[in-house]
Amino acid sequence: MYVATKGGEKAIGAAHAWLDEVRRGDPAQPELTTTQVEQQLGLAVDRVMAEGSCHDRGLAALAVKQSRGDLIEAAFLLRAYRTTLPRFGASLPLDTNAMAIQRRISATYKDLPGGQVLGPTFDYTHRLLDFRLAAEGGLPAGAPQGEPDPSPTPRVTELLAQDGLMQREAPEESEPGDLTRQPLSFPADRPLRLQALARGDEGFLLSLGYSTQRGYGGNHPFVGEIRMGEIAVEFVPEELGFAVDLGDITITECQMVNQFKGSRTEPPQFTRGYGLVFGHGERKAMSMALVDRALRSPELGEGSEAPAQQQEFVLSHCDNVEATGFVEHLKLPHYVDFQSELENVRTMRAAAMKERGE
Amino acid sequence: MSTDAGYNFAYLDESTKRMIRRALLKAVAIPGHQVPFGSREMPLPYGWGTGGIQVTAAVLGPRDVLKVIDQGSDDTTNAVSIRAFFRRTAGIATTERTAEATIIQTRHRIPERKLTEGQILVYQVPIPEPLARLEPRIAETRRLHAMADYGLMHVKLYEDIAKHGHIATSYSYPVMVNERYLMSPSPIPAFDNPKMHMMPALQLFGAGREKRIYAVPPYTHVRSLDFEDHPFRPIRAPHACELCGSRDTYLDEVLVDDKGGRIFVCSDTDHCQERQAMKEAAE
Repeated sequence: MYVATKGGEKAIGAAHAWLDEVRRGDPAQPELTTTQVEQQLGLAVDRVMAEGSCHDRGLAALAVKQSRGDLIEAAFLLRAYRTTLPRFGASLPLDTNAMAIQRRISATYKDLPGGQVLGPTFDYTHRLLDFRLAAEGGLPAGAPQGEPDPSPTPRVTELLAQDGLMQREAPEESEPGDLTRQPLSFPADRPLRLQALARGDEGFLLSLGYSTQRGYGGNHPFVGEIRMGEIAVEFVPEELGFAVDLGDITITECQMVNQFKGSRTEPPQFTRGYGLVFGHGERKAMSMALVDRALRSPELGEGSEAPAQQQEFVLSHCDNVEATGFVEHLKLPHYVDFQSELENVRTMRAAAMKERGE
Repeated sequence: MSTDAGYNFAYLDESTKRMIRRALLKAVAIPGHQVPFGSREMPLPYGWGTGGIQVTAAVLGPRDVLKVIDQGSDDTTNAVSIRAFFRRTAGIATTERTAEATIIQTRHRIPERKLTEGQILVYQVPIPEPLARLEPRIAETRRLHAMADYGLMHVKLYEDIAKHGHIATSYSYPVMVNERYLMSPSPIPAFDNPKMHMMPALQLFGAGREKRIYAVPPYTHVRSLDFEDHPFRPIRAPHACELCGSRDTYLDEVLVDDKGGRIFVCSDTDHCQERQAMKEAAE
């Protein structure tokens, strides 16, 4: 006699207990601390903060640990936490000119005010596995300390703009929207597009940015500047009426310089693709800048045929928490719909067989 | 009332609930029309019913009795998980009996038992846009809805008939609500579509990832699209339930061995058990 399956609750409980066990791994090994994750897997923490759109290194490290290193799952954990937080208001715009620079490079000028600062980069490492790390290599030799350069580090795009060669961005009159409170509607303005890209999946934006370089909506980019460092976040509480320093965060900013042939109303000049992410996330910031510029193509009269130029396509699919949810939901039971498809296909097969027989 | 200190009753904060209720009121006022809402990131993944959960959380009161089904069954893992979520965050009573529930959250089915006035049926919706497979751009489908331009869908159904001799859509079968808006009934089997018509209960639809809410108020006209010479036909497996003998309910096919052995049982487990109990009492 057939009895319908029961015991979902028990099964879920057992699955969660098993998950806890495999997350911990061999109990003979010391447990990973969130401080270790935060310090030694810092770029994973940065990515989770960026895609989780919540700047909290400790919580991001906890999310990385809890998710067993699955960074999309970690971003999801952080987002689900973020959404419960009350909103006090918006911070003042960050002034990236005032950044305490750890890294700053420009590909458009050999030398420039503020200089080129390589900082902690993988760029010129040889990708050879360092077996000393596997054998607990001990403390690194330590980087030589230079004299801090007190001269200001103006933004490259600003230097170009002073010569009228770079299109200036129109200042936003109204407070930008918040796509975590209001659903995105199309066409979306640039602040909302940048918001969506800033929390978008690094891999998706990387591939889209790459596609623009390979001819799908290309816009001849140069890295005007990438800068990474610490910057103060300021907030004006209504009851005080003056700015209060909330603390410093590390961010990466990328400004791409792109050609623009000019139009009837505007002279030929360079235009900007902009990327900004929490932490040290150069690949993401660069990809974001490429895609931001591609999304401006329609308004600059450059067409919208390429995937990266279509904002509905890009913005509706760049969020990995949404994407992973909908892709993975296919593993939930669908047998009711499948049953009606079964009946449907059987009917169609019977009709086709009959036709063939005649 | 909440059993999980640190979170508000039914998880969402009150201002979020108010925002959702406003969207719900608008949705009820314009039956079948999709209302954008500020869908929140929930602690369950998109695709698991975040839209339905938010709608349920917004209408749930401490005296409500909640039933959650997935594929018609109360004991599928996701239904179990959502029921546990509300027990944990709202401390409300839950039930597996359709008749006892004041709110029923569902994925992919409408219960077999006729719902009554005062009950609310909350659907989990993956893709709220009925035209999505024909026109993926939301900016464009909004325009089509505004102009009630549903030619695309009629052509699709016509092409089905030209190709297969009948309409080959077996679930997510599009409906006209109040003779104005084309609406996706969510991925319920077409078999369930007629139950939506003039239903005494309030039907609410939540799509979390797509950030849309829509509704069918009680006693509203809901018509499955068809043609005069090709009337709508609900599909079910032409068998009787192995357990209760029902011949008029939606059935699941269960494979019992690897030699082609199969039986059919009711997808609505509560309805099936009720019928089995009645049969036993009669014997």
